[in-house]
Amino acid sequence: MNPDLLFGKLTLDALPFYSPIAAGGAATIVLGGVAVVGLITWLKAWTYLWTEWFTSTDHKKLGIMYVILALVMLLRGFVDALMMRAQQAIAMGNEGYLTPDHFQQVFSSHGTIMIFFMGMPFLFGIMNYVVPLQLGARDVAFPLLNAIGLWLTAAGAALVMASLVIGVFSTGGWTGYPPYTELSYSPTVGVDYWIMALLIAGTGTTLSAINFIVTIYKMRAPGMGLMQMPLFCWTALCASLLAVFALPGLTVAGGLLALDRYLGMHFFTNDGGGNVMNYANLFWIFGHPEVYILILPAFGVFSTVIPTFSQKRLFGYNVLVYATMCIAVLSFTVWLHHFFTMGADANVNAFFGIMTAVIAVPTGVKVYDWILTMYRGRLRFDTPMLWSIAFILTFVIGGMTGVILSIPPLDYVFHNTLFLIAHFHNMLIPGMLFGLFAGYAYWFPKAFGFPLDETWGRRAFWFWVVGFYLAFMPLYVLGFMGAVRRMTYYDQPEWQVYFIIAAIGALSVLLGIVSQIIQLVVSIRNRAQTANLAGDHWGGQTLEWSTSSPPPEYNFAVLPTVCTLDAFQVAKDMGTPHLWPERYEPLEVPRNTMVGLVFGALAFLLGFATVWHIWWLAGLAIIGIVGITIARSFATETTRIIPASEIALTELRWKQAILAQQGDAQ
Amino acid sequence: MFKDSLFDPAGPVSAATRDLFFDSVGLMLIVVAPVFLLVGFVLWRYRAGTGAAYKPHWAGSRAVEIGIWFMPVVIVVALWFIVWNRTHALDPYKPIASGLPPLVVQAVALDWQWLFIYPDENVAAVNRLVFPVGRPLTIELTSDTVMNSLSIPALGGQIYAMAGMETQLNLLADRPGVYDGRNTMFSGDGFSAQTFAAEAVDVSGFQSFLAQARASGDALDAAGFETLSTPTIAGPVRLYSTVEPKLFHTIMAAHGSMPEMAPAANHAEHAP
Repeated sequence: MNPDLLFGKLTLDALPFYSPIAAGGAATIVLGGVAVVGLITWLKAWTYLWTEWFTSTDHKKLGIMYVILALVMLLRGFVDALMMRAQQAIAMGNEGYLTPDHFQQVFSSHGTIMIFFMGMPFLFGIMNYVVPLQLGARDVAFPLLNAIGLWLTAAGAALVMASLVIGVFSTGGWTGYPPYTELSYSPTVGVDYWIMALLIAGTGTTLSAINFIVTIYKMRAPGMGLMQMPLFCWTALCASLLAVFALPGLTVAGGLLALDRYLGMHFFTNDGGGNVMNYANLFWIFGHPEVYILILPAFGVFSTVIPTFSQKRLFGYNVLVYATMCIAVLSFTVWLHHFFTMGADANVNAFFGIMTAVIAVPTGVKVYDWILTMYRGRLRFDTPMLWSIAFILTFVIGGMTGVILSIPPLDYVFHNTLFLIAHFHNMLIPGMLFGLFAGYAYWFPKAFGFPLDETWGRRAFWFWVVGFYLAFMPLYVLGFMGAVRRMTYYDQPEWQVYFIIAAIGALSVLLGIVSQIIQLVVSIRNRAQTANLAGDHWGGQTLEWSTSSPPPEYNFAVLPTVCTLDAFQVAKDMGTPHLWPERYEPLEVPRNTMVGLVFGALAFLLGFATVWHIWWLAGLAIIGIVGITIARSFATETTRIIPASEIALTELRWKQAILAQQGDAQ
Repeated sequence: MFKDSLFDPAGPVSAATRDLFFDSVGLMLIVVAPVFLLVGFVLWRYRAGTGAAYKPHWAGSRAVEIGIWFMPVVIVVALWFIVWNRTHALDPYKPIASGLPPLVVQAVALDWQWLFIYPDENVAAVNRLVFPVGRPLTIELTSDTVMNSLSIPALGGQIYAMAGMETQLNLLADRPGVYDGRNTMFSGDGFSAQTFAAEAVDVSGFQSFLAQARASGDALDAAGFETLSTPTIAGPVRLYSTVEPKLFHTIMAAHGSMPEMAPAANHAEHAP
């Protein structure tokens, strides 16, 4: 048989022996994978993982798996960041230790991973875990769709990881601007990996977002009006709506680019009627709302954490809801500010500059609302609160530099410079990542029944915050000096000291990440002393704290009836936080199914086969995806019943824990 | 440390941009500075265990809410006027007022070099842009490769160079000097070294540059351009004594979105 027919473009040359560093990275991935598989086998954990996790459709377990995926990808993306900081700290007047091609793959995978495979799964994980609990719901609207969303995202992430071992990754940056990413300038499979990873993960995200919208509209606890929803649910709703409306921009841009590359079309090529600026428009019609998809749920986390640790109600709930909705709508009106420098006339640029400045208003209002929430509170400084405070102080700096970039004549100077890089890291690290870390620390005791270690959490916090300032403030300075993004090397001696400071900052962040790993290990080791099933670890105000920690599979034995904001806080104030019914009803929960996992595996195969032009495999994968969809639609036994006796036992155990806690307190 | 940057402007465009920078930062500090002061005050005053006032149910106040909307709105409305006026005043397409006619240079982005054609003088230079100080400079841009962006920070902002399209950048140097210029838009392996010297010289210096170019004896014809446009990293400075007529538009037409159309008249121009 013709090897081309069998293997497409895939040959042994695809193995990463082009540089020892790339080969080392690939070996790390392969050995790491082998070690994980070996460890699971040694622990005989395969059955447990399969039945309890991989085939689960429980929103809580899916949420946890999303976060695990995000944390693994955070490590990968951060290694990329360290490599870049090391390269630029060295490469003054010399070529550094990375070739341009390798350096370009590193910055492309760093951006792609941090946005699509760290940020998105992290926040979808937290949304998955928290939203149904806060709504007083037993699950999301479509549990299987939820699982498919997770496994499609994981398939996209797996493609990015696979590119490290087999073939190369894109060198076109996370934005993948053509014509550079067209076949004539990027003939390798790197861009194909990038396109397929984004298309597959984007499909998963769209499905999850639809799921959240329906869940929030249809599954709220009896009596809970939209304006009685916790603010985090509002931000989850806005982010999901944004995802549904914005992601088609990326899908179309990526799809058309794929048509150019696979079928010789000319949407974005330099010849044949292509126009690169069409790509730029499509990409940023997605790309700007994407920023708010990432940041709004983090705003929701801060709006949950700050009142809890101020021991006070959230200030200006209505205003925060309206501000969030304003931001969501306005985010679709500003995309052109990403390319003021394309030569549009002054009226166009001024319009988009003005629209961008408008977004600063609701954002500024939110900051003041958070400060007013703390005003006349009783502030406790546990790690979730520390992340929130660092966020407020750091985020306003990023907001200022954002307004600077929104003024077209200033953007003409700062566009493509390290000032821009410093700006968006200044938004996304405090705005998104600190929010996700705050949410991770805040809801960890809910999810596992024991808290994270505070001492190591504080160490991680300080290393991260100091590292952030050291890593990114020098980039602002370099931007003023005219240093641009994506340089493999440079020849301006006065820049080097700033790059070295930035590299030291990255090392501080490394210590922060190491502290977080130690924190996790220490917390797990001490769990026997710290575990508490009773549930309300922080003195929370919203319904997720009215269940046990961890919550039972069915979340609520009796659905709460809600007539106010902060329902759990109000119930506690009235002295009736928990209602114990005389008898329990049996409950219906979704059965486990392997459909989600198989969907993800087939999507990975489809992506991999398409990247390497292995058309028979791509065809099989498509037949498999269609086949499993049809087969699943004939399945009738998709739920199972938890008997009332089992529920009564679970609830009794929880009640005893609460009584024991009250006994301790007295 | 900020030599020949926005903070050390070498021309009226960059000087006006610097003023705009400080104006906008000053305006924003009206909203941002109180945030730092308030956060510091609130964190200290209301930390647990001090016995300070505690109002757990205080969750809204019409007067305060109007106030926190009002201040950012006022600032942003002020910003609108600044954005509208300065975006028009500093439009890169706007010719710079001067008693002298602008010097027109046609810049072509290559992999990974810059070609500068002087159409009126019929000479060309590679990786070196020489122009008279005090006289407006009009740069017309296109690309023979992927998207590029031409920037000379000492003089002002940047504009994209795109294949098949013509964009424009107007600058002026009011003190002589050699300034860094570069492509700021990632374009591939040679991107990091895609820099050029932007030399603002007096009139006699410019004349001697032209004479030097004319004495070089190299002609930039179709074959010469073919050689020049092969990918080159950190290429040398070159001078050409003559340039094929309308070479800039020939390059644009080679990437024209509608080959049957005349190049310059249609899609090539952006907004006037």
